[in-house]
Amino acid sequence: MSEVKKFLYVNRKAPYGTIYAWESLEVVLIGAAFDQDVALAFIDDGVYQLVKGQDTKEIGMKNFSPTYSALGDYDINKIYVEKESLEARGLTIDDLQHLVWEDEDEDWAEKDSIKVVSSAEMAEIMDQSEVVLSF
Amino acid sequence: MSMLHIVNKSALDRNSLETCVNHTVKGATILMIEDGVYSAMKNTASTGMVEGAMKDVSVAVLGPDLKARGISEDKLIDGVTVVDYAGFVELTTKNDSVQSWL
Repeated sequence: MSEVKKFLYVNRKAPYGTIYAWESLEVVLIGAAFDQDVALAFIDDGVYQLVKGQDTKEIGMKNFSPTYSALGDYDINKIYVEKESLEARGLTIDDLQHLVWEDEDEDWAEKDSIKVVSSAEMAEIMDQSEVVLSF
Repeated sequence: MSMLHIVNKSALDRNSLETCVNHTVKGATILMIEDGVYSAMKNTASTGMVEGAMKDVSVAVLGPDLKARGISEDKLIDGVTVVDYAGFVELTTKNDSVQSWL
């Protein structure tokens, strides 16, 4: 009865220095209850959120990076990371967490959730989105 | 007069570091904390600016904030000093004044 819409969560800020990265994840997880067609975009400093090896013990904040690996269990498997943003920061996909999801249509085969895209491709993804939430 | 300049945002997010660098005199120290620590990394679009600044000023970066963000010390620009919280305090007492760039 209710229509499924294409949701896009746009992340452009680094984690921990501001609350945006955490808030965005919280909204994604809560929003998952509504069964929409969800995608996440990581652009500019947002790409830093997915960098692996985060250890927050010494700054006294909760390390929320493990939450990204749970996204696959919430049927969130379209995670777009912008190539130009990675390059400007001296990063490659190998610096990021390896996020996967299990495809029930293919015998639960494990697949990569992160897709590195160019900004032109990202612009297309944004243009095709119906509901865009920015953090 | 030696001033400690503290920058807490990434150079690719805000122009605070660039403005800071343009307002330092020889002998100053720039300390990168919080999201500012990303600017201490090699091979980024802002690395050249930081290396240029290091001819006249020393650059320090807060270790705990690097670890929180998953940045290992081998990814830092040569010559950047990693300090802990005790080192941060020492920098504030060793310098005559402090300016925080937001």
